[in-house]
Amino acid sequence: MTRLFASREALLAGVIALLLVLIAFRFPGFVTPANLASVFNDTAPLIILALAQMIVILTRCIDLSVAANLALTGMVAAMLNGMGVPLALILCGVVMLGAAMGAVNGLLVWKLDIPPIVVTLGTMTIYRGIIFLISDGKWINAHQMSDGFKALPRIAFLGLPMMSWIAIAITLGFAVLVGRTALGRSFFAVGGNPHAAVYTGINVGRTQFAAFVIAGAMAGLTGYLWVARYAVAYVDIAGGFELDVVAACVIGGVSIAGGMGSVGGAVLGALFLGIMKNALPVVGISPFWQLAISGAAIIIAVAFNARQGRAPGRIILKEAA
Amino acid sequence: MQPHATGAEPSAHPDPVLRLSGISKSFPGVRALSDVALELYPGQVTALIGENGAGKSTIVKILTGIYQPDAGVIEIAGVGTHFPTAQAAAKAGVTAIHQETVLFDDLSVAENIFIGHAPRGRFGLIDRAEMLRQARSLLARIGADLDPATRLRDLGIASKHLVAIARALSIDAQVVIMDEPTAALSHKEIHELYELVERLKAEGKAILFISHKFDEIFRIADRYTVFRDGQFIGAGRIADVTEGALVQMMVGRSVDQIFPKRAPQLGPVLLTVAGYSHPTEFADINFSLRQGEILGFYGLIGAGRSEFMQALFGITKPSKGACRIDDKVVVIRSTTEAVQHGIVYVPEDRGRQGAVKGLPIFQNVTLPSLGRTSRNGFLRLAEEFALAREYTQRLDLRAASLDQDVGLLSGGNQQKVVIAKWLSTKPRVIILDEPTKGIDIGSKAAVHEFMAELAGQGLAVIMVSSEIPEVLGMSDRVIVMREGRMVAELTGDAMTPEALVRAAAGIPAGVAA
Repeated sequence: MTRLFASREALLAGVIALLLVLIAFRFPGFVTPANLASVFNDTAPLIILALAQMIVILTRCIDLSVAANLALTGMVAAMLNGMGVPLALILCGVVMLGAAMGAVNGLLVWKLDIPPIVVTLGTMTIYRGIIFLISDGKWINAHQMSDGFKALPRIAFLGLPMMSWIAIAITLGFAVLVGRTALGRSFFAVGGNPHAAVYTGINVGRTQFAAFVIAGAMAGLTGYLWVARYAVAYVDIAGGFELDVVAACVIGGVSIAGGMGSVGGAVLGALFLGIMKNALPVVGISPFWQLAISGAAIIIAVAFNARQGRAPGRIILKEAA
Repeated sequence: MQPHATGAEPSAHPDPVLRLSGISKSFPGVRALSDVALELYPGQVTALIGENGAGKSTIVKILTGIYQPDAGVIEIAGVGTHFPTAQAAAKAGVTAIHQETVLFDDLSVAENIFIGHAPRGRFGLIDRAEMLRQARSLLARIGADLDPATRLRDLGIASKHLVAIARALSIDAQVVIMDEPTAALSHKEIHELYELVERLKAEGKAILFISHKFDEIFRIADRYTVFRDGQFIGAGRIADVTEGALVQMMVGRSVDQIFPKRAPQLGPVLLTVAGYSHPTEFADINFSLRQGEILGFYGLIGAGRSEFMQALFGITKPSKGACRIDDKVVVIRSTTEAVQHGIVYVPEDRGRQGAVKGLPIFQNVTLPSLGRTSRNGFLRLAEEFALAREYTQRLDLRAASLDQDVGLLSGGNQQKVVIAKWLSTKPRVIILDEPTKGIDIGSKAAVHEFMAELAGQGLAVIMVSSEIPEVLGMSDRVIVMREGRMVAELTGDAMTPEALVRAAAGIPAGVAA
């Protein structure tokens, strides 16, 4: 597995490098370190959520409610800030609220055995509806937010904004979780062969629940980062972002059928989409083409993964052995 | 050419509708059928009898065009033919009704009967009214009280059989194969099926009836054919044969398979199971198991052996009963608890329940032992590799590297990975469910030898097996289950093939052989 993934990631990294070279021909300014850092910073929420989504997909589930979760926690963060709650408490609050929303998804999947796509399609709509209820559909704008609240993601440290550092820290955290803990290993086992997981003494439902809770917590944290960075909170922020997140996973080689995927792949998938989104406008490609190109990238990635994943046939011919 | 057994009168009856002769079929490493013969006569039921692995399902697959024989002749009404596809077999009038019917749950009864050959109306569209009318008359012909518009999902298994039979009649099948049709039926439904078989006989259909149940064979079959280990053993009229003679033909002399010789050194009682019951699957299972003992569980498929083992392993919950280990009562509510108590289960269906494809070998092996290979909550790869290497070496696993995906290994080697996985938890009781099913002879011998070695090290081994030579060759003691209950417990000289088959099939002892 490791070898196969390493080669897959190397290939994706190569494609990204090629993409940057092509862009550099048209617009050399794009590949300056400062601009690349800003593209990375821009892609930070996508990276965090792609990692969160990856562990959910690994367990043969999917979480379509991550963007709605992000929007709701972002709104709550902005409202708490308006009430003068200290930032440290807000940060704890968004992570816990996000985790709680993930737990709702996870419990419905675990205890009621409802297909995850249906559960999260439902909760996605419910969470968006709750934003409307608590905000009366009103926006919270930059001037209604305290400076400290808005500043955290932008504080520069060693030349990178805090937002980027948070994404890097979470990437490292996920690498440890997925590669070095029993829970991480059980994500693969549950998605790779749920029946075998049961016989091995792994509780499939509880493992899926854990994945949803972690994903929810990440969505909650991203909710604060998003609202603070763009300095606005309203019902529809990050509308449709859940599909970008799934797309990043798929491009990064995470198998929708579960049990296969890697941290490196998810991060590279997110970077690929981030670079496309940022580069296509500067090289003068119309927004309609951007959508078509993103879509084509997803299909090519899936087709490629399907070819890679195809089980080798039986070697029957002597000369082939 | 074929030696006919007791009372065969090959030409006393009308010519056979279907005659197979000299049929052979091999799969890599296995000779499934070797020069077998089978004749089916119009208006008669022929029972095909044989142990698991005798080649019954292979012959059904050849008859229905799913497999192609390597050699031999298929004749229909005296004319040689061959069935390159399932459609060709259906067109030639051969149809099969399987144990688990292969029909479409979400279509109506009429649509299921006529799928592929529905009556057409104007513009080539399906004539629904005509289809319902024809379906109604077909169902009436077999005496089935079913509304042709009902969705199949809403019917019971017996009714689904009726639909399958109606479908067979709709394509004017001359040969109807029934593969253990009563295995999943209730008592009353079985009687309805017998009546239906009588009707089909009256219509002049030739019926091949596959069953393990002697009472029903003697009740509805006119003729029999016995296979053993892919060979034709005998055929003739049921009226001319006794149950004992059939059992003798089925089991015959034991195959020349060599099992490891061992002198069992039985230690103290390790596991006691008392009154284990389940609402629907098994009842009143009692036994005790000593250290160093190999206990065989024999029975027909569906006798409740695997279901009981799954309850013992904490996958399902028994409704009654207690389990004691070292004379202490233990309650096993989950597989995790079973493993903690030292009970492990190597399931029958390795592909589905055993190996996690996509994970490398070493991670498969360490999956249940992650607590031991980690420190402060973090896994240590070096420890994992060491553990995996230790147990895969003991099992002589052949793989390029422990980093290799389990899915790329052969069946025998996957089995070794699954066994290694469980051994790495240092179990005290190991349950092996059909441990050698579907693996080649060489790997079989290795698994047998290993089983003997485990018992020698003081583990208690429970082996569920449907292969008589394996059960007799390996076990110190055999429990036979039938219809969810223990029907016999055999030791020493009482462990004979005849005794196993009689107990499993429910033939009372003392019927003359």
